[in-house]
Amino acid sequence: MMAGKILKMGFRQRTITSIVVSFLLLLIMVLSGLWIGEEQLEIQPEDMNEAPSLHHLFGTDWLGRDMLTRTFKGVTISFGVGILAAFSSTVIALVFSLLASVNGKADRVVTWLIDLFLSVPHIVLLLLISFAMGGGFQGVVVGLAFTHWPSLTRVLRAEMLQVKNAEYVSVSRKLGKSRLWIARHHIIPHLRPQLFIGFVLLFPHAILHEAAITFLGFGLPPEQPAIGIILSESMLYLSTGMWWLAVFPGLSLLLMVALFDILGRNLRKWADPFHGQKGV
Amino acid sequence: MQVKRMVSYFFGKCMRLAVLLVAVSAFSYILVNNSPIDPVQSYIGADMTKVSPEQRANIAEYWGLNEPPVQQLFQWGKNLLQGDMGTSLIYRDPVAGVIAERFLASLALMSVAWVLSGLFGFTFGVIAGMNEGSWMDKLIKGYCFTLASTPAFWLGLLLLMLFSVWLGWLPIGFGTPAGILAEEVTFSDRLRHLILPGLTLSIVGLANIALHTRQKLVEVMNSEYVRFARAKGEDGLTLLRRHGLRNISLPAISLHFASFGELFGGAVLAEQVFSYPGLGQAVVEAGLGGDVPLLLGIVLCSTVFVFAGNTAADVLYKTIDPRMRRGEV
Repeated sequence: MMAGKILKMGFRQRTITSIVVSFLLLLIMVLSGLWIGEEQLEIQPEDMNEAPSLHHLFGTDWLGRDMLTRTFKGVTISFGVGILAAFSSTVIALVFSLLASVNGKADRVVTWLIDLFLSVPHIVLLLLISFAMGGGFQGVVVGLAFTHWPSLTRVLRAEMLQVKNAEYVSVSRKLGKSRLWIARHHIIPHLRPQLFIGFVLLFPHAILHEAAITFLGFGLPPEQPAIGIILSESMLYLSTGMWWLAVFPGLSLLLMVALFDILGRNLRKWADPFHGQKGV
Repeated sequence: MQVKRMVSYFFGKCMRLAVLLVAVSAFSYILVNNSPIDPVQSYIGADMTKVSPEQRANIAEYWGLNEPPVQQLFQWGKNLLQGDMGTSLIYRDPVAGVIAERFLASLALMSVAWVLSGLFGFTFGVIAGMNEGSWMDKLIKGYCFTLASTPAFWLGLLLLMLFSVWLGWLPIGFGTPAGILAEEVTFSDRLRHLILPGLTLSIVGLANIALHTRQKLVEVMNSEYVRFARAKGEDGLTLLRRHGLRNISLPAISLHFASFGELFGGAVLAEQVFSYPGLGQAVVEAGLGGDVPLLLGIVLCSTVFVFAGNTAADVLYKTIDPRMRRGEV
């Protein structure tokens, strides 16, 4: 009955449902992580190395810590890092794309910078920046912020070029409107949805890269239960058959990244009139 | 005419590479120099208490750390131009030698993954694109979107658990079996150690190319000329061969060439998971150990690698597609 109803929904309704459901699920994940206090992460030597059971759904680690609470805490930490990094990246992208629209010379400089940043493998660049910052939380956030802007800047720049050359903008200019007026009334309204969706879609990348760089040992400090830390610790215990140390935390990370991806893609479908009625 | 244009193209590319390398090396040098991680400190490591301040000063002077940063940069650049990339602090070997040895191992891994992910990704994309909207299409699409959200190193861990720990079919890590002399390592040994990291990289790399191919093929299949071909009675493989493949293979191949950066990033993670002795593992060790010459060397090396991929994509387009050559597209 329920399934029949879902299948019968129109394309637009399905898009909106996906947005709401993924948003709610993300909210639950993050809120449950915030709710976990320090005392629940404590060491409990009496239940060391337990396989998943009803009492400990994700099992426990070699110090008896419950993996479910650690995982949720880790996911929340990733979310925090992701939001900081994605936000700063979006701001950088906006500034650069505005800069590119000033004149031809500035545009060339920005394009060159984009190419420069894309010409070094992403992980290597992250590693380099995080090394330069001395590692830790600060290093990760700065690294992520300074490596994720190029792709979004490209999109914004292309969008701006298109709007700038549109007829109604040249009419505005001929009518004597100032640059600022045109930017406020013609360009920014076009950029706003792109900016917001770009921000949401930067999230999955930022989170995955955070986990990767933390896993490699450059990111968050080992005392924080970030997913990357949990996974790199789990490597020491894999050969003893403690599979649950790696499987569930990774799966939760995947779930969060996938939810963000679904949210972003559906938001784009919802906001973009060209894709509003047809799946991509 | 043709030759002249090719020569100018070649020189243009070389110039770009030179400018890029200068920019990247200056940029990374500034970054690394401002790092709070003290190279002398990380060099000494655990022997901190045994090393006197005089000895530290000697080490710093031996590496030229007392000179002003700009002079250091020029010195490093000058040596680089003469082919001397400095000495790795961890391996106590010339950086060029370390990179060359490591790069060969990584190259084996990356080329296997590159070819496999290209072949399978393209095939999956074609299957999905030919049957748009079917359950197969949905399956492949879902699989690719899931992969796009999967941390590559986690996938490596899963494969490691499944095939090495649980089933015991494949070795747990490293490039060669433990406890065997380097001369006695056989080709099949190396191959067995390559399977899992290669598989991890291929599975991750496949998603992008499959989705791209699918998208292009769906566009082609909805075009006017395909409708006309269908009206003539063509369908299935004939239709794919005559109208589909020619249009989608070139973008797919050049996209695959342009993905060298992601390939390298994936290799860094896969090598770390499987302790595979490649360039990726070296860059992690260099970063964690404060080995600045090696770190800078690998940054430059990976930049050249990515540049080579992008150039190959570009050249391929220009040589195969006549429209590109005439500048029509």
